[in-house]
Amino acid sequence: MCTTIATTATVTGSAKGAKGWFHVDKAYLGYDHPYHAQFEHAVSIDFVNEESSTKNRLAVELSRESARELVRQLLAVMEEADAYENR
Amino acid sequence: MGRRTDEYEGMIAETVAIRGFGDDYINAYFARPTGAGPYPAMVLFHHRPGWDEFYKETTRRFAHHDYVTICPDLYGRAPAGEPDDVAAWVRGHGDVSDEQVVGDGKACLDFLRALPYTTGKVGTFGTCSGGRHALIAASRLQFDAVIDCWGGRVVMAPEDLNDAYPVAPIDLTKDLSAPLLGIFGNDDGAPSPEEVDQHEAECKRLGKDYEFHRYDGAGHGFFYYDRPAAYRAEQAVDGWTKVWDFLDRTIG
Repeated sequence: MCTTIATTATVTGSAKGAKGWFHVDKAYLGYDHPYHAQFEHAVSIDFVNEESSTKNRLAVELSRESARELVRQLLAVMEEADAYENR
Repeated sequence: MGRRTDEYEGMIAETVAIRGFGDDYINAYFARPTGAGPYPAMVLFHHRPGWDEFYKETTRRFAHHDYVTICPDLYGRAPAGEPDDVAAWVRGHGDVSDEQVVGDGKACLDFLRALPYTTGKVGTFGTCSGGRHALIAASRLQFDAVIDCWGGRVVMAPEDLNDAYPVAPIDLTKDLSAPLLGIFGNDDGAPSPEEVDQHEAECKRLGKDYEFHRYDGAGHGFFYYDRPAAYRAEQAVDGWTKVWDFLDRTIG
């Protein structure tokens, strides 16, 4: 946990965590030693509700390759979504 | 270190509250052997995953080896929760500052030295960011021994310095108050072997009392038996032997 590579993104939506659905307003993004994934370092994404972020958090830890693939596919979905909304 | 089977052994381990940096109340985990003492003492700085089960077990482990030991919750100003959720909150809010950690460390040092069953000799131990914090604390405060296990960002580029981390720990080496034990994995990237070389060269240049042990086949966090990707049993067993030997020579 020593890279301190970390940033945040303001997001709007919902996530389902251990205690059910909750409103999401922030994502913590980083690259550091994971808790669970079996890599030395992982890309971490924590979807949180800032007011209750230590109670409501949806966490994922991804390899760099899969994080890139996620971003590629997310952008592809966004392009289609924009086209759909702008038709 | 072994105990005789006919020897009395007892321990008290519990959460206590101390006034840390800024006079804030924070929790600390405190474990001590139940004899009259006097015992040497230890301050443990937890790693970036948080004030977690590994650190509470490690606190009790030091107490088992007859060190009165305290481990402050450096993330105690965040909303309370499970350790990984709290650590995520801290990551999302810019980490803790070095000044705040030193303040919390000083509170622990004062607490231990005031106890009637301590010798007054106090060492400090940390892993990962805690190794870095132990080094900084031992450079800014008066400790009698310091153990840095794979502390990252001891060597820092000027562009990485900011209000929270104003000085690279390597640049505090001249002020290091205590003998230093360093334990590192040669497959680690933070700190890399090259950074450990730089740190060792600075200790040597300044004539510091230090010993570094570097392990092949081990990366970051190889004491962490709860992390299969990191844990290396053989290297960890040897590393702990180095810890107990060093403490016995310096504050035991």
